[in-house]
Amino acid sequence: MKDLLNGWGPTAAVFLPLVGAAVLLAIPKSEETLQKVVALASSLAVFFIGVALMVDFDYDKSAKMQFLVDKTWIEMINSRYIMAIDGISLPLIALTVFVVPLVIIYSWNHFPEPHNPKAFLALILILETGMVGTFVAQDLLLFFVFFELVLLPMYFMIGVFGGEQRKYASLKFFLYTAFGSALMIVSILATYFLSPKVNIDGQMLHTFSMIELSHWAGSGLAKGTAILVFGGFFMGFGIKVPMFPFHTWLPDAHTQAPTQGSVILAAVLLKLGTYGFVRIAIPILPIGAVWWAPIIGGLAVIGIIYGALGCLAQTDMKRLIAFSSVAHMGYVMLGISTLTSFGINAAIFGMVAHGLITGMLFFIAGSVKDRFHTLEIKRLGGLLLQAPRMGWLLAFSCMASLGLPGLAGFWGEFPAILSAYSPADGLNVALFRFFMVVAAIGTVFAAGYLLWLLQRVAFGEPTEEFKDEHIHDMHLTDYLAWSPMIVLIVVLGIYPNLIFKVTDGAVIQSLSHIAGH
Amino acid sequence: MLTHAWIIPLIPAISFVLILAFGKKLPRGGSEIGLASVAICFVLALAVGAAWIGRVNHPPEAGAVEKHVAAVVAQSENSLAKSAPDAPAHANKAAAGAEEEHVTEPVVREITWFQNEGVTIKVGTMVDGLSALMLVVVTLISMLVHVFSTDYVSGDRRYTHYFGFLSLFTASMLFFVLAENTLQMIVGWELVGLCSFALIGHWWEEKANSDAALKAFLTNRVGDIGLLCGVIILYFAAGKTFDTITINTLANQGEIRHFLLLIASLSLMTAVMSKSGQFVLHTWLPDAMAGPTPVSALIHAATMVVAGVFMIARLYGVFFNGLSIGTANINVMAVIGAVTLIGAGLLAFVQSDIKKVLAYSTVSQLGYMVMALGVGGWTAGIFHLFTHALFKACLFLGAGSLAHHIHSFDMKKDMGGLRKVMPWTYRTFVIGTLALVAVPPFAGFWSKDEILASSQQLGGPGGYKLMLVMGTLGAALTGAYMTRAIWFVFFGERRGASATHDMHENGPRIVVPLVILAGLACIAGFANLPNTGFLSWVPESVALRFEHYVEPTGAYFPSAANAFSHPKFNILLALVSTGVGLLGVLGAYLWFWKDLGPHRLTERNKIARAGYVVLEKKYGLDILYTDVIAGGIKGPIAKATYWFNQNVIDGVVNLVASTARTTGEWVYKNIDQGVVDNVVKGSGLAAEGSGEVLRKAQTGKVQAYGAYLFLGAAVLAAIFVVIAS
Repeated sequence: MKDLLNGWGPTAAVFLPLVGAAVLLAIPKSEETLQKVVALASSLAVFFIGVALMVDFDYDKSAKMQFLVDKTWIEMINSRYIMAIDGISLPLIALTVFVVPLVIIYSWNHFPEPHNPKAFLALILILETGMVGTFVAQDLLLFFVFFELVLLPMYFMIGVFGGEQRKYASLKFFLYTAFGSALMIVSILATYFLSPKVNIDGQMLHTFSMIELSHWAGSGLAKGTAILVFGGFFMGFGIKVPMFPFHTWLPDAHTQAPTQGSVILAAVLLKLGTYGFVRIAIPILPIGAVWWAPIIGGLAVIGIIYGALGCLAQTDMKRLIAFSSVAHMGYVMLGISTLTSFGINAAIFGMVAHGLITGMLFFIAGSVKDRFHTLEIKRLGGLLLQAPRMGWLLAFSCMASLGLPGLAGFWGEFPAILSAYSPADGLNVALFRFFMVVAAIGTVFAAGYLLWLLQRVAFGEPTEEFKDEHIHDMHLTDYLAWSPMIVLIVVLGIYPNLIFKVTDGAVIQSLSHIAGH
Repeated sequence: MLTHAWIIPLIPAISFVLILAFGKKLPRGGSEIGLASVAICFVLALAVGAAWIGRVNHPPEAGAVEKHVAAVVAQSENSLAKSAPDAPAHANKAAAGAEEEHVTEPVVREITWFQNEGVTIKVGTMVDGLSALMLVVVTLISMLVHVFSTDYVSGDRRYTHYFGFLSLFTASMLFFVLAENTLQMIVGWELVGLCSFALIGHWWEEKANSDAALKAFLTNRVGDIGLLCGVIILYFAAGKTFDTITINTLANQGEIRHFLLLIASLSLMTAVMSKSGQFVLHTWLPDAMAGPTPVSALIHAATMVVAGVFMIARLYGVFFNGLSIGTANINVMAVIGAVTLIGAGLLAFVQSDIKKVLAYSTVSQLGYMVMALGVGGWTAGIFHLFTHALFKACLFLGAGSLAHHIHSFDMKKDMGGLRKVMPWTYRTFVIGTLALVAVPPFAGFWSKDEILASSQQLGGPGGYKLMLVMGTLGAALTGAYMTRAIWFVFFGERRGASATHDMHENGPRIVVPLVILAGLACIAGFANLPNTGFLSWVPESVALRFEHYVEPTGAYFPSAANAFSHPKFNILLALVSTGVGLLGVLGAYLWFWKDLGPHRLTERNKIARAGYVVLEKKYGLDILYTDVIAGGIKGPIAKATYWFNQNVIDGVVNLVASTARTTGEWVYKNIDQGVVDNVVKGSGLAAEGSGEVLRKAQTGKVQAYGAYLFLGAAVLAAIFVVIAS
């Protein structure tokens, strides 16, 4: 088992969904149940591979790249097929393989218009390949391929299955992120050409290997160069996160995307950006990171307050939740910007927690839309009376989202705020302490918009419009899709070590070129 | 038992889950699970108390705490790493200094919660006199409230849910008081806040109730900014640890810079102001009366709202040294407490809702507790916390008993003359009032007197004079507003709903808790009987038992070396303060019973009128918070931000996009149709696999843009590399 995983574990996890998608395309259009079963089976298979990887992962050596595969890929430029997992990628892989089957289960009777399960499920599976691939790739080009692969299925998902303004939203999503990617590929190529040459079969070649590049860590680079190259990564990843002021694609994409798209977007896609910072930009270019950190931290705390204010102005439930992502990712980025292991551990925790919690909120928003055919907050009310279970879950998710201790959200938020008190050497302590206070104030705002949402949607009496309507509470698929997420939100909240222990070693190692981390 | 205290919060936590899962199917809707679990907890809490008393009587050899601190200090690698080898030596010195009295060390039991930055952060229980006391108080009141509630909320539409949250609250509160580190305190602190939110908004169909719940939660969140910052500062100041014993010990030994302690204390005070209803963040507490009355008794009078007081007591090393309590004549904490006790006492006069009177009275008494801790009277403050929990719970449950039939708390409109028809409620309410007004020998007398003695005798030369004056004045206010309440409720004619209803005494499940609490309000004061001065005849083995068993000893608590000391009983002060309190009672008696005094003054005199309006408007704080601050942020500020977002930030994005599109179309038409066309067609064919999903026009555009972008990127990269190398 161990040997099998060592050689093929990550590869199988990456490409199995693609196989599933291929099989799906071969099934005739009328066989909907079979399509669903195939899609679910392949995502579950990936999930079990993920579980097997987690079981076999050596947690005492989380800093070490495990299940490493290193094969020749594009010989001419020494870009290699390198896949491996360490403590930083493991939680995110786990999150991805966990969320996708739940999304498929939720879809069972909730396919968005135009009704086409085959295409829809195929898109989800292709997405999964891209997402898992991004988290396991250890070669910059390979990483980039997967990073970009994610764009297309999401573009189609929004553009075809989305809401009324799907065209605008999908195009904006695609172009905005592609713009970032363009700058990122500049930085990738620059990194490649700047990296020291190594001897490959008698040829002196540069390297794309992220493992080797982070050992090199930009030593010998001029400071200005490191800053510029980091800048390209910053744009690529920062747009994906999204960081203020590059966030405007997000509310549109989220609002227009079908529920499943929103869930995947919030749960995993945004993390590609933050993961990029942690995995690539900071370890490879620590000098650039130190220069950029105050800017990142500043934009992060602006995002926290700004996102919250944006939330307060929303009249649409889904758009409000979308805006809240800007604020929440602000905490993640604040943790990253401290360049301390405490902050980055918190950031990774925050990524997983945000994925679960905001995913849950989007699920509920989707079900509300399904029942009431509107998400306009003004028209809703008294959800607790008409659909008590959904109402309570909304309350639960809001509480988790505002960072209530005992639930997962807290462990992404509080440690990130804490880490800002004492950032890495070379960063302005006073400035980061100011960030800390602003971020702490942001927690009040978070409580404000979430509870206000809860009050307007769940409390009170149903509005005249829906007073006499029979609203169906949760379906079986809702129970199946949501309960694992809720359990995980509680379990991670009670015992945060489940993630911190995994990431800690790897994060400390990734910061080994930054003083005072 | 002391090492197994973790079981106690676990029981109600399990009870919460069980009630949620099976409550509705049970014959009594889950209340039986809640009641049984809290009863078990109460017994266990008593066992912990007994074990602790045994430990104080026969203390095991000291040294465990010292080792504990040394271990924590050694583990933290950074800021204090240099002083780590010295720390045990300091601890030794402190231990040697504290030898004059026997030291009883707390019992700590912990497991790893998580590791971060290579530092392991623990979770566990810490049992000392303070936590043992809190265990008993919380479980006792919670148990009585459970019993009371089985009658009071019977037939409620969310009966099961109600008991579920009572269990969760009990679990959270017990978790909080057993916390061995500050991070754990944050968790408990927020969880009790959640339960408070849920129970204030128990009847959320009405907007007023959910508004009150939101207000409570958000106001507390404002205070939590201070809590988070304070805890973070202490974490780093103590060398990366949340451990309260270590933080306190280092603070007492002068290992932490005074400036950091000061900032941390001030931050934490903000949290105390919100949670424990101190001015100016107290405004949520009176509104919290929207919840069911037993909840008000348990959460918003006896237990949760004292969490802030408890936190000060728990981190007393930090506050005592940070605010220089032992050597000053005035400090922030004492001032906040004093202002609160007077400010809230005045507000209690203009209330017509009996629960609001009691709520402001609670705020006022919390002010006494904070003031006590602020002047250095640790035992006085905690003793008042203890006695107040008993008599205030008695009063609140009494109010519930009064309103059980008429469903109204308006004393002016719906009550009056109830002493005959509800004799037990009347008797217990009067006993509770006597205790609150601090009439000897009821419980409140002994604790309030000790607070006043503390402000007279502790601190720098001359003591805390201002606090002494305000505390004494507060006694008069207390006497007056409680007498006023008793007049409106129990005397005169029956009015409104109580006149039309068939009023009679409630059943045993309501009356028995009242009687128990009233009984305790009579005798609890003797727990800390002084034996100095006038009372020097009290034998040593009976006197000051509370101080002896509850006040911590050892390096983690301020000692004489930090200028910490105890007040002595002062008969003159006791007579004066009691006299002033009774004067208040007399004044109210003459005003209401005898109709003496300048009645209708507020209609004749402008100044009096203005004063009344200020009180009625609650000093304008509600308007400031709700309308100006919250309304401003929610309304104009949020809208302006969003406008900026849509029109400026997104405007730029759209402008760039449309410019690029125009340029792109121009280039497409005029320049390199051949190259790009092929790219477009190629990718178009590939995309066609997904069938009709792709709209033609869009496809072309996106692919074209993509191609341009990457072409541009490659060129840029080439230029860049040339420049860089």
